[in-house]
Amino acid sequence: MKPCRIKHGLLGLLLVCALPVLANDATSVPANALKEARPNADDPVIEQRMVNLADDLRCLVCQNESLAGSHAELAEDLRREIRSQMKAGKNDKEVIEYLTTRYGDFVLYRPPFKPVTYLLWLGPLLFLGIGGAAWVMTLRRRRAVQAVPVDEKKLAAAAQLLEEDQ
Amino acid sequence: MIPELGHFALIIALLLALTQAILPLYGAQRGNLTLMGVARPAAQGQFVFVALAFACLAYSFLTNDFSVLNVAKNSFSQLPEVYRITATWGSHEGSMLLWVLILGFWTTAVSVFSRHLPEDMAARVIGVMGLISTGFLAFLLTTSNPFERLLPAAMDGNDMNPLLQDWGIIIHPPMLYMGYVGFAVAFAFAIAALLSGKMDVAWARWSRPWTTVAWAFLTFGIMLGSWWAYRELGWGGWWFWDPTENASFMPWLAGTALIHSLAVTEKRGAFKAWTVLLALIAFSLSLLGTFLVRSGVLSSVHAFATDPARGAFILGFLAVVIGGSLVLYAWRAPKMITGSGFTWFSRESLLLANNVILVAALGSVLLGTLYPLLMDAIGLGKISVGPPYFNSVFVPLMAPALFLMGIGPLARWKEASLPDIVTRLKWALGVALAVGLLLPLALGGFKPWASLGFFLAAWIALSVLAGLVDRLKHGQGSLMKKLSGLPRGFWGMQLAHFGMAVGVAGIAVVANFQTERDVRMDVNSYAELAGYTFTFRGTTEHEGPNYRAARGTLEISRDGKQVATLHPEKRLYNASGMAMTEADIHPNIYRDIYVAMGEQLDDRGAWTVRLFYKPFINWLWFGAVFMVVGGFLAASDKRYRIALRRSEMPKHIAAQGA
Amino acid sequence: MKRWLPLILFVALVGFFAKGLFLNPREVPSPFIGRQAPAFTLPLVGDANASFSPAEMKGRVWMLNVWAPWCVSCRQEHGFLMQLAQAQTVPIVGLNWKDKDREAEGLLARTGSPYMAVPDDLDGRVGIDYGVTGTPETYIIDKGGIVRLKHIGPIDPEVWKSKIEPKLKELGA
Repeated sequence: MKPCRIKHGLLGLLLVCALPVLANDATSVPANALKEARPNADDPVIEQRMVNLADDLRCLVCQNESLAGSHAELAEDLRREIRSQMKAGKNDKEVIEYLTTRYGDFVLYRPPFKPVTYLLWLGPLLFLGIGGAAWVMTLRRRRAVQAVPVDEKKLAAAAQLLEEDQ
Repeated sequence: MIPELGHFALIIALLLALTQAILPLYGAQRGNLTLMGVARPAAQGQFVFVALAFACLAYSFLTNDFSVLNVAKNSFSQLPEVYRITATWGSHEGSMLLWVLILGFWTTAVSVFSRHLPEDMAARVIGVMGLISTGFLAFLLTTSNPFERLLPAAMDGNDMNPLLQDWGIIIHPPMLYMGYVGFAVAFAFAIAALLSGKMDVAWARWSRPWTTVAWAFLTFGIMLGSWWAYRELGWGGWWFWDPTENASFMPWLAGTALIHSLAVTEKRGAFKAWTVLLALIAFSLSLLGTFLVRSGVLSSVHAFATDPARGAFILGFLAVVIGGSLVLYAWRAPKMITGSGFTWFSRESLLLANNVILVAALGSVLLGTLYPLLMDAIGLGKISVGPPYFNSVFVPLMAPALFLMGIGPLARWKEASLPDIVTRLKWALGVALAVGLLLPLALGGFKPWASLGFFLAAWIALSVLAGLVDRLKHGQGSLMKKLSGLPRGFWGMQLAHFGMAVGVAGIAVVANFQTERDVRMDVNSYAELAGYTFTFRGTTEHEGPNYRAARGTLEISRDGKQVATLHPEKRLYNASGMAMTEADIHPNIYRDIYVAMGEQLDDRGAWTVRLFYKPFINWLWFGAVFMVVGGFLAASDKRYRIALRRSEMPKHIAAQGA
Repeated sequence: MKRWLPLILFVALVGFFAKGLFLNPREVPSPFIGRQAPAFTLPLVGDANASFSPAEMKGRVWMLNVWAPWCVSCRQEHGFLMQLAQAQTVPIVGLNWKDKDREAEGLLARTGSPYMAVPDDLDGRVGIDYGVTGTPETYIIDKGGIVRLKHIGPIDPEVWKSKIEPKLKELGA
């Protein structure tokens, strides 16, 4: 088959697959012209930004919930604050600073990288490093043990026993 | 009367547990067969009395006996019957009793299925489990008595937390406990080995099936908890790295490392000391989890009502059990002879790498969970460590382990050939890379983490296939004969690894491609999401057994065709006055459509509604189930059952065979 | 010798846990200690034309008590605050936090007011500026307007004697 044919064939296949996605807009509006629902947020772009940020923030009055999901009143107040800060043009970093100057680092679910949290962030690497070193050292030892020759007759007898076991 | 009977039964159980612990352990030390023989009957008797106590508590809940404090605090007369029964374990005291009941169950199982063990080993295993039972029974009786009376009796109860009123509570706690209480068996075997000073390949063969079954239950329990949170919490999250979730996940990581380490110890006699230490660690993490959740030391949605006195008791218990076991380990472990050798590239070295990664992951989760406490205890202030940390750290750590999962099962013991493996797997690698790069594009756009996830999932799945093909090449007979000839251990491993691939694929899709909308819906308005049209038909008033609800109706269609009608509810519970959203879900293999009511907007029936499209979410649950079934399958391998059958033969015949 | 390592790590861990039993994971230290008290101007409860601002208190050591009419714990400390006010130990300003039902004026008329001023923080914005997460919370602010102490929860004689009184003495109240 000529390469051209294959390309057109594939393209056609892709198009057919894409059709349902493209067709959606036209066919899914109900016949009796219902009203389309408005997004709950006044500004969906800001809302998305806010939710993304608030997902990584702690609800301060809950046991252990994120600021994005909590129904607590203070959480709603803080979400409102974040929205207005973002509307005023503040970037994510500034909003976070706004919150940490008032509530401390406790409000962050992503601990900042400072001297007091070096162990936290570098710990996993350290564990992996130590584990890796242990792996290397164990293998060095085992290769030495391996150098001992195996008694072939004993091996055969053992294999025989294992066969019986099955 | 019944509560007092239950209380009394617990006291007798405590005495029997003490007997079960002290006499057999002493007897094993002295070689006294009579004392060792006390183990089994004492264990079984203890279980009977704990079960009796449990039945008494359940009866009190079922009959709405509000003169029992626990019933008054956690139940309600209008609570549906099934939840009244499960309220038995819905509180700290009740769940502690469940813990002890399940420990008794495992001990009884060990007492029944241990005829093939040398008498001193069986006695030590049951004895050690008896020590643990003693500790927890003492804890129950002194600080957490479920049978405490409330006099005069309350008119009615405070109701069960609405979040618990879901069938998840029927099955999640029992399965979870079967899992991490089950690691007590592995722990006991490890202690028995350390005490006797004997640790041979047979030890690994005895303890492995017990460990694998406990691991399978724990996998199931964690999956059920995750599934429950997904359905119940109203926004479709399934893992939050909450301290309580971590408390069950850490033993799982240790348990996974353990079952792989046991494979090496059973097959090749290597890693003995390490396997013993892992067995101690796995159960220690279970105990640690119990402490974290009940002491008030960490803040969690899931934490039971906290009490420093209880916390102090558990901590003391922890110190004795874990501290004692680690002292024993430090003392006796060097006496274990190192096993055979192996090369840089062999199944042993790959399994060791698996263990290194799992333990590093475990350490990271532990570090993240405890760091706020550590900082506070030193006086360095308070921080929070949440999902952003754990996700950043855990996923990169696990990726290499998942990659190795594709290679390990195909590698030979002692010395594997890298060129050989490359030949057998290079097509799998190619296809997996293609899937990793192209699939995200088909689903909606390139996302690096999704790519990684798809690559790893495809890689593992294809390697499972390659392993099967490889095994079928050797051996004689027809395909069916060859397939049925493969040991269950092999099938279990393949299925479990395949389940992991399915789970990883599901996570990769849903985490990266889920979408949602939060909309204000008037009656008869519509919204679109992911090609589906959601039409809101308003709400109706609905009265449940112990709640009143506003029940929404959403018709969901795609391309003009009706797909489903969902009824999410906003409930107000009568006794507690607590409000709760009850989401409704339309599931299928490829996606869940998930709808939750928000707030009522006006008097004309408009509501805010949250709509979710969650692709491939059910693959997480399927994947977990495959792992569970794989685990059970592997534990039921012939070589464990032959040992059992042999032990049932009359002693003189068995002696001839040996 | 590495066989003792697991035990050593465990013992350290138990030590931390033992200390942890005495700590409250929800009690968050305030980042305002040692910093200038945030400025604000709020109308007073019962007199919207008048206002209060922390700048008015410069030169004096004073107590900012965040409370609300719907807060049960606040009623618990009310009696003790009345005693403090009568003894003229330290001026107390009562920030009325998120009083949506407008109950503060009526409540204080009934129970008496220990406060020299009651600024009305209806939407809770000033509370957020001060890092308030609930009521009652109390700040001690020094003559230069710097926050020196924050106490979360009601003030009782014990808290007063052990925490607050010494601090006030230190600041020259």
